[in-house]
Amino acid sequence: MIEFTIWDILRNLLLATRWTVVLSLVSFVGGGIVGLGLLFLRISKRAWLRSLAKYYIELFQGTPLLMQLFIAFFGLGLFGIDVPAWLAAGLALILWSAAFLGEIWRGCVEAIAKGQWEASASLGMGRLQQMRYVILPQAMKIAVPPTVGFSVQVIKGTALTSIIGFVELSKAGTVVTNATFQPFTVYGLVALIYFALCWPLSKSSQILERKLNVAHRNH
Amino acid sequence: MSLIEITEVRKSYGANEVLKGINLDVEPGEVIAIIGKSGSGKSTLLRCINGLETISNGSISVAGAQLHDDEVHLKALRLKVGMIFQQFNLFPHLTVGSNVMLSQTVVKKTAKPEAETMARRMLERVGLEQKFDAYPDELSGGQQQRVAIARALAMQPMALLCDEITSALDPELVAEVLAVVRELAAEGMTLLMVTHEMKFARDVCSRVVFMHQGRVHEIGRPEEVFANPQTPELRQFLGVH
Amino acid sequence: MPLPNRGAPLNYQFEFGWLAEYYPQIVKGIGITIELIAVGAVAGISLGIFCAWVRALGPAWLKPIVALYVELIRNTPFLIQLFFIFFGLPSLGPQLSELQAANIAMVVNLGAYSCEIIRAGIQATPKGQFEAGASLAMTRFETFRHVVLVPSLQRIWPALSSQVVIVMLGSAVVSQIAAEDLTFAANFIQSRTFRAFEAYIVSTAVYLALAVLLRQVLAIVGGLIFPRRAAR
Repeated sequence: MIEFTIWDILRNLLLATRWTVVLSLVSFVGGGIVGLGLLFLRISKRAWLRSLAKYYIELFQGTPLLMQLFIAFFGLGLFGIDVPAWLAAGLALILWSAAFLGEIWRGCVEAIAKGQWEASASLGMGRLQQMRYVILPQAMKIAVPPTVGFSVQVIKGTALTSIIGFVELSKAGTVVTNATFQPFTVYGLVALIYFALCWPLSKSSQILERKLNVAHRNH
Repeated sequence: MSLIEITEVRKSYGANEVLKGINLDVEPGEVIAIIGKSGSGKSTLLRCINGLETISNGSISVAGAQLHDDEVHLKALRLKVGMIFQQFNLFPHLTVGSNVMLSQTVVKKTAKPEAETMARRMLERVGLEQKFDAYPDELSGGQQQRVAIARALAMQPMALLCDEITSALDPELVAEVLAVVRELAAEGMTLLMVTHEMKFARDVCSRVVFMHQGRVHEIGRPEEVFANPQTPELRQFLGVH
Repeated sequence: MPLPNRGAPLNYQFEFGWLAEYYPQIVKGIGITIELIAVGAVAGISLGIFCAWVRALGPAWLKPIVALYVELIRNTPFLIQLFFIFFGLPSLGPQLSELQAANIAMVVNLGAYSCEIIRAGIQATPKGQFEAGASLAMTRFETFRHVVLVPSLQRIWPALSSQVVIVMLGSAVVSQIAAEDLTFAANFIQSRTFRAFEAYIVSTAVYLALAVLLRQVLAIVGGLIFPRRAAR
């Protein structure tokens, strides 16, 4: 039997971490783009567009991410496509992130005082102009801390893609455990690597939030 | 033709009718004070003229621009009437100068240099040209309200709607804002103001509208309305017996 | 988990006939998912209350330990926490059944999240409440227990409820250590019937219903614990 040093284990895990990072970035950026679309639907003037976005968000927030991954994985297969795990993983995570980001951002837009909408309307601006020049610049500022905070959920969410066979940090943990029979060490290290990825983001989200609150109190 | 024509305007929230058939024509250069108890519908009327509230019945037009509930008509209307709010509603993420320039460049597509010249001129008019690069939260309430007036003026409206523009101000800051309004009136700007400043209404306005329970209850020249109120409601409101 | 053949043809026919044969598995799975979240919610929130007390008012030596626990759990995936408890801990001694490991993982996970949520509720307590308690000769703990706790919980009950729902949905991964929950049932059915898509659609719908139901139950529970006026 081959002996694995802790460095062998760590090296293998870190190599797989690259894919956790890539998938997280893709999901976060893609989810952001789709989420922005959802945000616009959610605050649209048309009631049916609003409810469309609302049901989308409730569906994705009300069902397990794991099920969404399974359905993406097996459901796309129904169209005769042989779906690689990375595609199903990316797709499901993007749609899932979009639901949460869209909802977070809607909260931020709604936090902007009604007077801002009225003042910009009274100056003759159309809805898109109001959003672009008056509402979004202010909403984006308060959206930063919760958005950064949500990126932590995305990173943790990528762990589930190991279950449909995408090889990232968690999958590597299982593979290395099966080879070394050292689950305590391996999963401990896996946890620490996730922690190293997530904790700085959690912390900066908190600090940004505190800064924002202080700034608000001074106004 | 009158500048502002309000004809049989009705407005309901559910079963609650807050405007019960308002008729009011405003000539160019008139300064009109709208007074009345809270809940009498005076702010609602003002907000209807600007399309911030939809009306249930009747019609409103400003210099030929009709009030309709679509963006093209609303924009045409809002280019003719500016509005000043109780809570100032300056854009906090923009400097004073940018506040005054924004809608010129975005809505009217004015080139930046011209918009800036206009902004500086309007800020000078309200006595705040030195605050061009300041942010709204660095200004006093009175200064913010004067910027809001400059912002509305920069769109070169034919009339201004003022919705209790001094009610959110500390007492010592009211005078500076009223001084600006007084000057605008003297220059011939058409003004419709909902106000609690009775002395100002008496001194500056050409007509006073007393609203009561969603109707124009009394209307007339300030010296008549204040000195010789016809109805018990107005007498009670003014505190004369 | 063995992955089945996914090369389905385009003219796919949906087929739910298997439901008749396999619904006992689904019902059992639902039962276990409910059991997991019931235990998880009660024990997890209790743990969260204790940890929140420690972080807000507790003894200084315990604070960094609780802080470390909370940060570790909140910044690592639930799946890895589960694997660590089920596969890793036995090397230190305790042998855990799948269900025990799943229960522990959920309690530990919800404990950390609810700690932070409840702490926010405690921090929003007006200072005068503590002072009033002290002026009535209550100890710090008595003030916490009788004056601060219930209004604090009431303040953050909606956030806490959302977190419980999130943890319930997250419990789907306990199927990966062969705890026989709803997802396990779905996996089992798809491996027998090769009706993967239908099996997951059905279980997803059940999860959605459970989430809606759980929100209702939590709202009712909230109404029972906090009768009358909301604390501000």
